[in-house]
Amino acid sequence: MSAGSSGTFNNSFLFNPMAKRKVSLFIQCLVDSMFPHVGEAMVTVFDRLGIPLEYPPGQTCCGQPSFNAGYQKEARKAALHFIELFEDSEDIVCPSGSCVSMVRHDYPELFKDSPKMQERARAVGKRCYEFSEYLVDQLGVSDCGATFRRKVTYHDSCHLYRNLGIDRQPRVLLNNVKELELIEMKDSTQCCGFGGTFSINYPEISTALVDEKIKNILASGADVVCGCDMSCLMNIKGRLSRLGETVEVVHIAEILAGSEK
Amino acid sequence: MSESFYRENAKKAIADDKLQAAINLIQDRFGTGLLNLWKEKPEMDELRNRVKAAKDKNLKNLDILLAKLADSVEARGGHVFFAETAEEARLYTIELAKRRHVKMVVKGKSMLSAEIKIDQALADAGIEHWETDLGEYLVQLDKDIPSHIIAPAVHMNREHIGDLLAKRIGTPLSYDPPALTLAARKALRRKFLKADMGITGCNIAVAETGQVSLVSNEGNIRMTGTMPPIHVALMGMERVVANMQEHKDMLQLLTLGAAMQKISTYVSFNGGPVAEGCPDGPQEFHLIIIDNGRSKILADETFSEILSCIRCGACLNVCPVYGKIGGHSYNRATYSGPIGAVIEPLFNGINAQADLCKGETLCGACLKVCPVKNNIPRMLLALREKLAYGDEKWDVEQQNPLEELAFRGVGEAMVSPRLWHTGEKVVRSIMKKKPHQNDMVTAMSGPGRAWTDDRDLPPIAEKSFARLWKEKLQNRPLPAEKKEDNSGKDEGEEK
Repeated sequence: MSAGSSGTFNNSFLFNPMAKRKVSLFIQCLVDSMFPHVGEAMVTVFDRLGIPLEYPPGQTCCGQPSFNAGYQKEARKAALHFIELFEDSEDIVCPSGSCVSMVRHDYPELFKDSPKMQERARAVGKRCYEFSEYLVDQLGVSDCGATFRRKVTYHDSCHLYRNLGIDRQPRVLLNNVKELELIEMKDSTQCCGFGGTFSINYPEISTALVDEKIKNILASGADVVCGCDMSCLMNIKGRLSRLGETVEVVHIAEILAGSEK
Repeated sequence: MSESFYRENAKKAIADDKLQAAINLIQDRFGTGLLNLWKEKPEMDELRNRVKAAKDKNLKNLDILLAKLADSVEARGGHVFFAETAEEARLYTIELAKRRHVKMVVKGKSMLSAEIKIDQALADAGIEHWETDLGEYLVQLDKDIPSHIIAPAVHMNREHIGDLLAKRIGTPLSYDPPALTLAARKALRRKFLKADMGITGCNIAVAETGQVSLVSNEGNIRMTGTMPPIHVALMGMERVVANMQEHKDMLQLLTLGAAMQKISTYVSFNGGPVAEGCPDGPQEFHLIIIDNGRSKILADETFSEILSCIRCGACLNVCPVYGKIGGHSYNRATYSGPIGAVIEPLFNGINAQADLCKGETLCGACLKVCPVKNNIPRMLLALREKLAYGDEKWDVEQQNPLEELAFRGVGEAMVSPRLWHTGEKVVRSIMKKKPHQNDMVTAMSGPGRAWTDDRDLPPIAEKSFARLWKEKLQNRPLPAEKKEDNSGKDEGEEK
């Protein structure tokens, strides 16, 4: 199995039967409407790895904003829509940790009063993966063949890090990007202050938190901050932009898709 | 939404550089420290699970355990009183004090004493009372309330403390911590010698032995429980454990959680009044076992888990929101931080404490650090659900019917892709008309304004991913189909 390391790509996925599985793209609402280029970047990476893709039409939102605001009935409806949409998919891959956490952990909870629905939710949740997690843990990929000539720091998003336990995978991928220098910031796992409707309901607290995050990003000396969740990144980007800071904000898929020479 | 008390206080706290520095210090040291400890010593997980399981079991058998505890305490010559409400607990204490002609009370640090508002009752009865925990003493002198479960005066810096002691007890002005501590110690010693009654809390009560354990680092609680002739221990009814083995486990988690200590400087086992062969201790010992809303929580399986809390305060030390707004912003409630955000609404009304339920990011750090793994984010979500729709059992009025309408509308769109994308179009055209700078929207109106007051907002893209997929991506030319070859090894060479 170590033969993979002899190639240009330091990967074992080529010998992994999982590689033959079809990936259904779960493009969360924020990427769909505001950052479609992140979805495109994911497609580029999967194409390069030879992974067959599909995009089940009719996707909207996983229901997380409703869920976090307490509107469980609405969240349950959205969950049902999602489950019906993805029930026949093989592997479901999403460029957002919090949405995957919603599907994997919160959907089964939403249907705890209905064993049959809960089983369906669990079945879908088990096949739902975050992008970096899927590449590293499921496909055994560590090198996507990308080059990125910048100093990059990585923000650990809350639900990605705490609910899904993903922190190693994105770092493995970033460390294998040619010419990329990964610099860790202080308190990378500290919340950026987004929190969905929290950022609208308590803007002063939210801003104080994102300012703390930005202080640590700037202190790292990196010129790019990347992460696996566009919602946190939108918050960081929005505040950096307002402050007139030039640090660039990108999703990890954009870096992994890059091939600048 | 109009500016709430919570938000106003939060703003003040955020602007207070000294407060920020003080909280940063405690969070970096204890919060980050404990998270690292859990990570570095995965074997601790077993202890944490064991304590949680014992707590679970004890909560299910609370009636039996409390009866056993009462028997054990009485067998040692102590008195036990079950107080259903804070008022009953206050009345019992005040009547006892009056009966014994108590003129001065010293107090060991106790959150429960604040919860039942004993200070006001003592003052109303004309009884002088003094906090003896250094932090609590400073807070009392400052006529303020604690801002942290374990570090009540974390919001004060040494300059503040120096000025306070000089002004209130006439010590020579100094900003030197050892000198200040000594001055407070001197003043407090005199109170201990004069006091007729000591009031403490109760960290752990053991049903088997009838003993109340109290931890401290200053020795003040031991003196409070032994020097005055009467010792009154206030105990939340969920603090009971069955036996000394459970006691040992819980004590270990408590001191680790509170201050990263293997054990606190003092652990006092208070076993009741003096007896033959046991000449040390008070003449009288009273244990007041207090419900004050706990039975109601216990009866609701959504929230009963919160009664497993050991009151170590670790969740305050990792919470990013607490780290910014400090303990006083939680509507000046007794319990602040993540634990306060759950129990204060349950104790004092979910509507009245709505900001405590909603004012967190749900980052999950509290769950990670909690020694007994209490799922605070889950309970915050359950509280929010009650605010979203209203709830009879907890007497919650729907907080914002308009908000529900909005979420219902968005909810409809979530199950109708056509409606969803129409909505997207509408938002895109609204945003297009708003001022832009560097491809970012700089000023929204309506609910979006709260965002653009401090942040810019990326616009809605011209073409959604769904549309890009339909128009070009699904028919994209795929890279040469080399990977269909299953033979393996050469493929690593492909570039």
